[in-house]
This record gives sequence, C-alpha cells and structure tokens, in this order.
Amino acid sequence: MPAIHSETRFDWSQPVKTGLLGGVAALLLSLIGVIEASHARPVISGIISLGQALLLIVFVLTCVAAIRRAGYARQETSSRGRLLLCGGVAGLMVSVALAALVLIGNVVNLRAVFIKASPELYHLLTLGLDTGGVLALLMSGFLLGIVVGATYLLPARLRRAIAMALGAIPLLAVLYGAFFPGRRFTLPGALALFVVLSAGSYWGGDIRSLVKQRVASLPPAGQRVYKIALWALVALLVLLLPTTGSYPSQMLDLVGLYILMGLGLNIVVGFAGLLDLGYVAFFAIGAYTQAVLTSPEIRWLGEVRLTFWEALPFSVLMATLAGVILGIPVLRMRGDYLAIVTLGFGEIIRIVALSDWLKPYIGGSNGITRIPKPVIGGWELATPGRLYYLIIAGCLLAAVIAARLKHSRLGRAWMAIREDEDVAQAMGIDLVRTKLLAFATGAAFSGLSGAIFAAMITSIYPHSFHLLVSINTLGLIIVGGMGSIPGVILGSLALVGLPEILREFSEYRLLIYGVALVYMMLVRPEGLLPEARRKLELHEAEAAE
Amino acid sequence: MALLELNNVHTYYGAIHALKGITIHVEEGEIVTLIGANGAGKSTTLNTICGILHPREGTIYLDGEPIHGLPPHEIVGRGVAQAPEGRRVFGRLNVVENLEMGAFARKDKDGIRRDMERVFALFPRLKERAKQLAGTLSGGEQQMLAIGRSLMANPRLLLLDEPSMGLAPILVEAIFETIRQINAQGTTILLVEQNALMALSVAHRGYVLETGTVVLHDTAAALRENELVRKAYLGIE
Repeated sequence: MPAIHSETRFDWSQPVKTGLLGGVAALLLSLIGVIEASHARPVISGIISLGQALLLIVFVLTCVAAIRRAGYARQETSSRGRLLLCGGVAGLMVSVALAALVLIGNVVNLRAVFIKASPELYHLLTLGLDTGGVLALLMSGFLLGIVVGATYLLPARLRRAIAMALGAIPLLAVLYGAFFPGRRFTLPGALALFVVLSAGSYWGGDIRSLVKQRVASLPPAGQRVYKIALWALVALLVLLLPTTGSYPSQMLDLVGLYILMGLGLNIVVGFAGLLDLGYVAFFAIGAYTQAVLTSPEIRWLGEVRLTFWEALPFSVLMATLAGVILGIPVLRMRGDYLAIVTLGFGEIIRIVALSDWLKPYIGGSNGITRIPKPVIGGWELATPGRLYYLIIAGCLLAAVIAARLKHSRLGRAWMAIREDEDVAQAMGIDLVRTKLLAFATGAAFSGLSGAIFAAMITSIYPHSFHLLVSINTLGLIIVGGMGSIPGVILGSLALVGLPEILREFSEYRLLIYGVALVYMMLVRPEGLLPEARRKLELHEAEAAE
Repeated sequence: MALLELNNVHTYYGAIHALKGITIHVEEGEIVTLIGANGAGKSTTLNTICGILHPREGTIYLDGEPIHGLPPHEIVGRGVAQAPEGRRVFGRLNVVENLEMGAFARKDKDGIRRDMERVFALFPRLKERAKQLAGTLSGGEQQMLAIGRSLMANPRLLLLDEPSMGLAPILVEAIFETIRQINAQGTTILLVEQNALMALSVAHRGYVLETGTVVLHDTAAALRENELVRKAYLGIE
C-alpha cells in the first residue's frame, strides 16, 4: 500500500529505508563476488560490463520501488520536485552503502572474512577513481535516482517501453555473446537496438491488434496459411540455432534433454500431483541401459552389441518398468511421504550404480565409456549440432504425447487425483492403474532423455545422476508453471540454458536458483507461462479478496 | 431380495475396531438413514460399502452379489455413488467439469447429457453457475454440486454423507427436499446424518449407531417416537 503523505512535507524515512534495502542488495552482490565475476563480460563493448549493468539494475529497481512505495508513481505534476527527490534519495542510499564498503575496505582488510572484497571490486565500484571516486559514486547514485524519477514524468507507456528495452539489452548481449563467440555489442549497435526495442515495445500492442484484425479479416484458407507460415518461421529459427557453433549447440542439447525430462516429470507432478523427488533414477536407468547394450566395453551380455536405435526401445522400456516398480510400493503414499520415498529411490539407484556389487556389469565408479553415437543412414550424429536435431525430435514427440494425454480421459483422471484422491476414487477412477500410468509415462520420457544423454557424452558415471538433476527438473517445472507444457520449455531455457551461458556464475548457480524460486513463489506462484486454469484460479481468488 | 445387505461387518482402522458387526439392509426405492453421534461409525460404514475401506470380517451384498472384496472403482461401476462428507468438490474445476467427473465411469454420452439436464433441473442454481470454478461457490452450492456430481454416475444406490453439515437451516430444508425428490425419481438412498430430526423426517427407516454397533432399528416414524432417540438425538425430554 502506498504511504499517505502530506502535500507540504517530504517524507524522508520512506526513500531512505527502501534505498538502504537496495544498498544491502548491492552490497551482497558485491561481496559474494557476482559483480566482479560478471565484470569480465561486456554488455556494450568498452562502455559497460555485465557487472556494471547488474549494479545499475539494482539502483534502478531500488529507485522505482521507493517511488512506488511513496505513492509518487501515480501523482500528478504537483509533486514533481518531491518525486525527483524521492528517487534521488533512494539512489543516494544505495551509493552510501557501497561507499561505506569502499571506505571501510580501505582501512580494514575485509578479505579475512569476505574473500571477494578485492581492490578490483573497489576500483570498479568507484568508477575507476579509487578512494577519490567515493564522491563520484555518491553523486552518480543521486543523479541516477533523479533520472529514474524523471522517467515518471513521461507518459506511462513510453516509460514502460524504455524500461523494457533497457532490461532486454543486457540479456540480448549475453545471448549474442554466447551464440556468436567473440562478438559483442558496439555502442552504435546497442543504441540502434535500443531504439528498435523501445519502438517495438511502444507500438507492440497496436501492431499486434492490427495484425490480428487483418488476419481475422482474411478468408479461412488465408488464416491457415498465416498460421502455418508463423509456425514454419518458428521451426526454421529452432532448426537454425545450432548452426551458430558447437558451444551453443552443446548448451541447447542440454536444455533439450531437460525439456524432455521436464515434460515427463510434469506428467507426474503437474498433471497427477505426485511429488517425485527421485526422478533422476529413471534418467540413470535409461542411460545405463543404453550404455550396457551399446558399449563394446560390456562383455557379460556376450557378443550382442546393439546400435543406438536398436537399444533405444529397451532403454525406454527399462525406465518405464522402473517407473512401475517404484510406483507399486508408493501407491498408498501421499504428499511428503511420497516425496521422501522417491528421494530415497533416486539415491539408491545412484549408490547401486556406484557399488562394487554391480561393478562387473555396469562399471561401478569407472562408469561405462565408448558409448556409440546414433547413426542415421551412414550419417553419424557426432557433433552437438547434429544431435540437437535428434533431441528436438524427441522433445517434439514428448510434447505432442503430453499435450494429447492432458486432454484425454486419462488426463482428467490424473487431474482428479491431483485435486482429491479420495473423491477421485469415489468417482470410479482406478487409482492403482491411473497412478502407475503417470509414473510409467513420466519415467519413459526420462529414460529417453537418459538414453540420448548417454550417447551424447559417450561415457557415463554414477555421479552424473546426482539428486541435483531431480531438483533442477522440478525447479524448471515450478518456474515455468506447474502443469504447463510451454512452461517446461521456457523454464528449461531459463534454469538450464542461462546458467550454461553465464558460466562465470557457476559457483552462484544454486544461490540464483534459490533466489529465483523464492521470488517466483512470492510474486508469480503460477509460474512464467501458467496453464490457463491456474491463472484463472489465482485471478479469481484475487478478485474475491 | 434387498438392494444392499451388510451382514456382521467388522472394519478396522489399523488396530482400532471401528465397526463391530454391523448388519443393515436397504430395500430398492427406500431412503434409509444412519444416525448417531460422532465416532459412532456412520461414515466408516459408507466408506466400507464403497470399497475405500475393506471389512476384515462380514459380507456386503449388492443385489445378491458380494462386493466386499472389490476396489472402489468397480463398486462405482455397479451403481453405487457417494457424495462424501464435507462436500469436497474439485475446487479448480468448474461446475460442468465437476459434473462430468462424476460420470467418469460411464461411456454413454446421451445418458450423461440426460443426467446433466436432470441435475440442472434439480439444482437450477448450478445451471446459473455452470462455468464458475467450484472452489468459489458458496457452501450450499458446493453441497448441491457434490450431490449432483454423485448423481451423474446414475447410481441405483446413492450414499449421502452428512449433506446438512455446515449449512444454514434454510439450505438444509432445501437440500432435504431435493433428497426426497431424487428418491421419488427412483434412486435408493442411504443417508448418514447427525441432524437426526431432518433425517428421520425424510427417511423410511433408520438405524441408530453407537460406537460401531447398531443399537436400534425401526421405521423412521417409530424412531421419532422412541424414548431413547428423543432424548439422545432429538434433544426432546
């Protein structure tokens, strides 16, 4: 709720408090080393680094929060001065926090506790001017706040367009750098991009409604052509992505494998509401089956050595069977109990794979190597770029199956179980069959993913099948939107793709995950691309309040 | 032959002996009520009939065929539907989807459409709210939906568990009037109720349960006059 403030007096406490909170955030980012680590990556070549951009984002968000909380965001011109002052004070407070760090750091050696409090960090924070730059830091924080405040004098639509474009540029710069290694945005390029993005965002709604109108006025055949053309364009883009290089392809392959797993886990957790924390087990079983059947290292099966394609059905089948086998004992369990048992199952599979007991068969800690790549008609899918097409095909198949299942009779039974198991049973739904089918389908997708994974990296070890894989998969479903198929794709891009691109953040990966999950739960519990139903439900609940 | 017959049914929750030899029967076309205090075993009896709980001893016959070993979905398939205690509608589904879920075990599309019309005729309020999410309905509407949903299975025997619970007196009257209508249309009803006065006013016969055993069995009219029932359940000295 915006604070009610008198017309005559400026309320200092509000922007100071908000500003200090922002300052704490900026301090945290600096002291754990995020800012310095991302300083190496340019957003605009020679002008601004990602680290600086992150600091700027903290500044801007703090000022925006202060202005909104104080209620200036909706004020008319009468309080123009107070609006600017509010932004300025908030920006100044962030600077004060950072300046305090620099000053203290110059007197006391903070590195005993905060190993990342390096001279380089201070150099960066003081705009390259070191101790003398403290004043510059304070000044620029204040001015930045005023500038942010001034944007509130612009029409709301223009302000939003500018904010959109400014926010998108660092993200696009990072993606550009990842897909075209060595290339980076230049100042003129970035400026042009900014103009295009803000114009697009400003007129975006108009353009969209105009296109919609035009399309709606087309004859049905024309509409179909339009739709097909649109999908063809998307498909072309998706197919062209790996041509940008080997590293981006590798990243996309991993994203694709997680999409496959996400689609499967989404059936178990999102559709049927069965919280499975040991999902990695089926991924592991798919991968190990594939490896055992295809690797020349494995001799105990005799001289039988299958190709990728011959082994694939067995891998999926084994994972599916494992899904049923895990499903049977947990049929009567619900909620937390189910989560704990499945968690245990996932660990058991990994530990068994690691054990000496099965070492003669699956290699123990030495894993299985020399797993052959898939071959299609003499064409070996040897590079990440080629494997990408196989993975895309798998994802497409899984997405179609998941979408069809969702609206089937079985899908409705899953939904009923998720909502209320007892009542579902009283409606005549066969709990045993319905639950086992959910586990089995989910496991099949995961097994497929695992089999491709084995062929992709050609050697597998027990430690590839860590609990974290299950957690990541669950995380991407939650972030994308529980039960939503497009959500799985977006969630996978965001939670698997981005961290792969931002490798300098790898040590903060879990931290960022945690922050992202907490933030999502607080601000957007339905996920990024929720199912229509979920959105409706939350929306109706809000309307009822 | 009775439509439903329970002979000496014993049901346990783990080590707790919840039903200690219940013997009741329900004839075709009747409304039979089970009344009793909390913990007397009324809901347990219903859950045992629909197969959510299994009797450790005793038999349950539907139309002369044993059903006490069957899983719940098969019992639903044989024409027994339950409106569970506490309403428990699917909150995230709308009214029509809830009703469709009630017909899950059926495949005759025409029959399902007819029964949907029947439910809407019994509860015009549900028709007005057809596209509303069930979770946002009022308590009375949710109870209507829960009963309507169980009717969608086109049951021969309808099990109603505390339909008056938590409802305003005027709604209770309306719900019981509808129960009478449903029965008049040919559905046999086994009604569990704490509101003994209401239950005995619609039922033909009644059983009084105490701590897992039947202590009294008579026609509803006779039970209303019974000294013990008047004191213990109707609150009349």
